Amino acid sequence: MSDEPGWRRLHPLSPVVRAGRGTIAIFVVLAPAVLGRRGLGSDLPQLGVIAVVVALGFVQWLVTRWRVEGDDLRIETGLLRRQSLRFPLSQVQAIDIVRPGLARMFRVAELRLRMGGSTAATARLAYLNEKEAEPLRAHLLALAHAGERAEAPTEALAEEVLTTVPTPQLVASILISDVGILAELVIAGLIVAAVLAPGAVVGLASGGAAWLFAVATGVWRRFNQEYRLTVARAEDGLRLRSGLVALSAETIRPGRVQAVRMVEPLLWRRLGWCRLEVDLAGRQRRRGESGSTGRQLRALLPVGDRAQAAELLERVVPAAPQPTRRAPRRAAVKSPLRWRFLAWGHTDRVVVTRSGRLRRVTVWVPLEKVQSFRRVEGPLQRRLRLATVHVDVAGRALHASLRDRDHAEGDEALADLVGLARRLRRVGGPAPRLPPGP
Amino acid sequence: MSGEPDWQRPSPRLLTMRRVEVAAVTIVGAIAAFVVLAFTHIVAAIIVAVAVLLVGVGLLVFVTRRVHAWGYAEREDDLFVRRGIMFSRLSVIPYGRMQFIDVTAGPIERLFGLATVRMHTAAAASDARIPGLAADEAARVRDRLAELGEAQAAGL
Repeated sequence: MSDEPGWRRLHPLSPVVRAGRGTIAIFVVLAPAVLGRRGLGSDLPQLGVIAVVVALGFVQWLVTRWRVEGDDLRIETGLLRRQSLRFPLSQVQAIDIVRPGLARMFRVAELRLRMGGSTAATARLAYLNEKEAEPLRAHLLALAHAGERAEAPTEALAEEVLTTVPTPQLVASILISDVGILAELVIAGLIVAAVLAPGAVVGLASGGAAWLFAVATGVWRRFNQEYRLTVARAEDGLRLRSGLVALSAETIRPGRVQAVRMVEPLLWRRLGWCRLEVDLAGRQRRRGESGSTGRQLRALLPVGDRAQAAELLERVVPAAPQPTRRAPRRAAVKSPLRWRFLAWGHTDRVVVTRSGRLRRVTVWVPLEKVQSFRRVEGPLQRRLRLATVHVDVAGRALHASLRDRDHAEGDEALADLVGLARRLRRVGGPAPRLPPGP
Repeated sequence: MSGEPDWQRPSPRLLTMRRVEVAAVTIVGAIAAFVVLAFTHIVAAIIVAVAVLLVGVGLLVFVTRRVHAWGYAEREDDLFVRRGIMFSRLSVIPYGRMQFIDVTAGPIERLFGLATVRMHTAAAASDARIPGLAADEAARVRDRLAELGEAQAAGL
């Protein structure tokens, strides 16, 4: 079946890696039996399950094959319910290389193609040989970039490193971020409890185990994902690499950025730090992602100063304006906490809004990406002669909101932005290329 | 906005439909409350039933205003949809951004010969729904929007 020309199989170790945590769990289950010299006799059911899982994994591997066919990536899989998947490369939003811990042990990597369009599926090639993955990604990206240039160079393209996040700063930033502070409070609470009433701690710890675990994973995931995050400029887009245990590499193609946001939590502002995140098209979350991670944005800069943020912002949204037009004083009645930050601004190509209660959040949206506008006016807002204008894009989590503007200003802004967006659509809005390096 | 757009309204049958819905629910609710309470305390039963009916009348007024607030305007490059009394909303959807258009008609809507047209863009937050169009008008709007969408289609 895979003898036809062009069809290729995944790495033979794929089932093992894919079973991933399951494999580890099985070892944990079996360990007492092996160590305790109870003999394996009593564990026959477990062994049976393992055998079945391994066999299924192997069959799955056997019937899965893939190849590049013109401008499409085709994947065929399934034994009983045969699936033939076609992924048009022209719709690729980004290609990630993901390497979970186990995959690194076996020197394999997963290639994830995030597709745009309304279906927004994800093509997964799990797993490929580590050495194979990088050239294949470059090849696919080249194909995606210029469908007609079929004989694209397969060697990795030259790149120039823009920023790397220093680990101490990352640790410090997580310690004073929202998740970090939550974790510290929990730990402090436990310590206090241990001192005051040692007996109660066991009960507390076991009772709140799920919570503890959730907080710990939150902190860990963030650290792991953003450990040594490096942003590099390459011909095919911005390249992001990061990871401590699970390495990931991702390329953001120019002109695919739907929105960018800069987050400045309360404590970070004292240090002049901020965080920069991008939102790409593709609404559905990837397989195997929980709801919360699916909505997470890709951090371009997990932590850095404003100059760094401004430089990276320039790469993804050239000539981004600053929010300068503040909300009227009476908006404080409706939004007492965030009133201070409410502001917006725009140029011919980009609209920017700022909001936030304790965290200051600034969102930039390229007007050519705008999907729709909404003007909303609640009962309290009507009393105050205010209105909010929302600017929707196709990203996963971001949109820009011109909150609590004066009626006249809101209407004028809506008319202006609608007109500007229309013009950019008409021109066909040439995807903004990454500006040349210095 | 420059030049007040030419607002189109849903079919007058939408108002009838909404009123019938509210009236039906209110009357059934009032009767049910009366029957349940009548066995224990007849005065309480009457008071509750009357209260339910009064709420129903209030809802009737509210529903009427809400239906009157719906409107849509086909402009050169985009569709305007407005709705809501308490929270008044105005959506602007460029034809070029439309990904697909749904026409749905529930059982009650079909009874009144109505249909709802809904536009989808790539943004999840986009909110463009025109309820209560007469079936043939809904088909016309759908075809027209699809045509305009195709003519002005823009990428992601």
